[in-house]
Order: sequence, then structure tokens, then C-alpha cells
Amino acid sequence: MAKGRINVLEEYCKSCGLCVEACPVKVLRISDHINSKGYRPVEQFKEGCIACKMCATMCPDAAIEVYKIEEKQ
Amino acid sequence: MNEIKIYERPKAWAEGVHTHYCPGCGHGILHRLICEIIDELGIQNDTIGTAPVGCAALMYDYIDVDFCEAAHGRAPALATGIKRTRPDKIVFTYQGDGDLASIGTAEIIHVANRGEKLTTVFINNAIYGMTGGQMAPTTLIGQKATTCPFGRDPELAGYPMRMCEMLATLETPGFITRVSVARPKYIIEAKKAIKKAFQNQIEGKGYSFVEVLSNCPTNWGMTPVQAFEWTESTMIPHYPLGVFKDFK
Ligand SMILES: Cc1ncc(C[n+]2csc(CCOP(=O)(O)OP(=O)(O)O)c2C)c(N)n1
Ligand code: SF4
Ligand code: SF4
Ligand code: SF4
Ligand SMILES: [Mg+2]
Repeated sequence: MAKGRINVLEEYCKSCGLCVEACPVKVLRISDHINSKGYRPVEQFKEGCIACKMCATMCPDAAIEVYKIEEKQ
Repeated sequence: MNEIKIYERPKAWAEGVHTHYCPGCGHGILHRLICEIIDELGIQNDTIGTAPVGCAALMYDYIDVDFCEAAHGRAPALATGIKRTRPDKIVFTYQGDGDLASIGTAEIIHVANRGEKLTTVFINNAIYGMTGGQMAPTTLIGQKATTCPFGRDPELAGYPMRMCEMLATLETPGFITRVSVARPKYIIEAKKAIKKAFQNQIEGKGYSFVEVLSNCPTNWGMTPVQAFEWTESTMIPHYPLGVFKDFK
């Protein structure tokens, strides 16, 4: 399984939760801090991201960047 | 360890923009798809959109291509004029269900019947979103709205209109399909359909119409996740996904 991580562009996130629901490995959650618009941005709270892009595919605010991690053998 | 960025904000998504859409609204997903397609086809400098009246009225600030704002429902007429004077440009209309299936019913039928060589992206959320949640021609039987607080009654308001099926009866060749943005698996298919609709235009084929089943969490009184569950459980059975016509 591919390994990855996401970067949340916190200022754009509206805390809608669609990415949290879409993530097949459940590594996302709504954080408890607040952005300048008053929303609590999403965060990746544990390892295990498989770089599937489902979260970014769902995000209405293009607030997620996805990275694939390639481990050197 | 080496990291490769595999997803970032599309280039056609206007820089630094915060949309006014409610959290979890499908308009944002659909805008993002259109931006990704514009990037992939390399048509940012050759695309002209026509914005609707409805929640997407400000979309010209969000998608970084040329735009004209249409009067309510009249985007197909405006787009016809633009495409006929600039046949070298990629022209699209983006219209809600109130805009397209109610006030603009005449325009949408005739643009399809004339086979104008442009693209329509029709976002159906079964309600008038912008004006506060009134019944639309697409509101489902039993669905509550401010103008049918006990649910839509077909005795009073008729049945929800299936625009793809109606337009597909026209003899004029065209591409007519219905997709959804309720879940990633549908979004992937939606992107393919809209990309094909733009490619048809690049190839000079004729009129393409893509209906996109979306949501309106605010006026449906649901969370975004609940709203897309409702799109899937209740809208899709009434508005089946699929291709209704493909230039035959
Ligand atoms: C000629 C005219 N009639 C009525 C209105 C009021 N109006 C503004 S938006 C809208 C409905 C929009 O609904 P829809 O097209 O479904 O878009 P949504 O907001 O749901 O995306 C109406 C009736 C108007 N602006 N102009
Ligand atoms: S890329 Fe896939 S696995 Fe990683 S956070 Fe997004 S949805 Fe979850
Ligand atoms: S889908 Fe986008 S806007 Fe919604 S919670 Fe996730 S990152 Fe934030
Ligand atoms: S009112 Fe409905 S359609 Fe309009 S932005 Fe809010 S959720 Fe989206
Ligand atoms: Mg609507």
C-alpha cells in the first residue's frame, strides 16, 4: 500500500467534515483550533494515509494537498 | 524518503480566493472539477463561462477564466451569442435547477434543439438555494421547502422534472448525461463526463449537457455528510445516473 500524508490549507477549510467521512483509513478529524474565519480546520491525527486522494476529491474548498511518500530501498 | 505532491489546488482556481458557499456545498466540488479539467485541457486562456443567477452568481470570481453574468435562466442564449461570434473559444453555461429548469426552461430546450456547439453544466440540488430554499421544478415528492412546508404535493405542483430525459427526446444530436458529486466514486465519473463535454466542444461536435446531482445542506437542514447521503439515497433513485444520448 502506498504511503502518504496530507497538508491542510487551514485558512480555506470550512470544517464541513466531507473529507473525514471520505477517508477510507480514517486518519482525519476536525481539529480543536480555529482559523481566521472561525472554522475548525481538519487535521491528519495519525499515520496511515495511503495517498488515495479521496479527501482532496471531496473537498469543496480545495483545502487539501496530498503527498505520496516514496521510501528508498 | 522522497515526497511527491500528487494533489494541489488547480491553477484555474482563482488565487487566494475564499468562496462564499456554505460549508460542504457541492458548488465548490463542481467548481474544482471544472478548474481541474481546464488545467488538464490547457484551455484557461480560451474558455468563456456564463454565470447563472443562484448561489453560483459569483463564480466569475472563483474560476479564473473570462465570464459573462447572465440574466436568470438566460445563460444558454448569452452563450449562444458568444460561441457564434467566437467559435474558436470554449464556451460553457453553469446553471442551477431553478435557473435552468424553471425560469430558463425555454432557453435550455432551444439551445439543445439548435445543437449549439457549447457545453452546459447543470447543478441540480432540488431547491432554490440562494433565495432561501423554495420549491424548484426538481424538488422531490414529499421533500419539504419553504413554499411546500408539508412536502411537495404532485396534485399542486406536478412531478419533479427529469431534464436529461426530456432533452434526450430531441432529434438534434448531442451528449446528454447525469452524474453526481455525492461521493468520491461519483465525483471521479462526474469529472470524466464534464471533461468529455468540453472535449466534444474542442472537436466541434455539438451541444453537451451534463446534469450534476448535488446538495444544499443549508436549505435541506442537514449536515454536509447527511445531505450527500440524501442525494445518494433519495435523489439518485429518482434521477438515475447515466448517458442518455451520445451524438446518435
Ligand atoms: C428574473 C428573476 N427572478 C427571480 C429571481 C430570484 N432568484 C434568485 S436566485 C433564484 C433561484 C436559484 O435557484 P437555483 O438556480 O436552483 O440555484 P441554487 O442557488 O440552488 O444553486 C431566484 C428565484 C431573480 N434574481 N431574477
Ligand atoms: S489521501 Fe486518502 S488516506 Fe490520505 S488522508 Fe486523504 S483520504 Fe485519507
Ligand atoms: S472537505 Fe475541505 S473544507 Fe471540508 S473539512 Fe475537509 S478540508 Fe475542510
Ligand atoms: S444555500 Fe445551498 S446551494 Fe447555496 S451555497 Fe449554501 S448550501 Fe450551497
Ligand atoms: Mg438549486
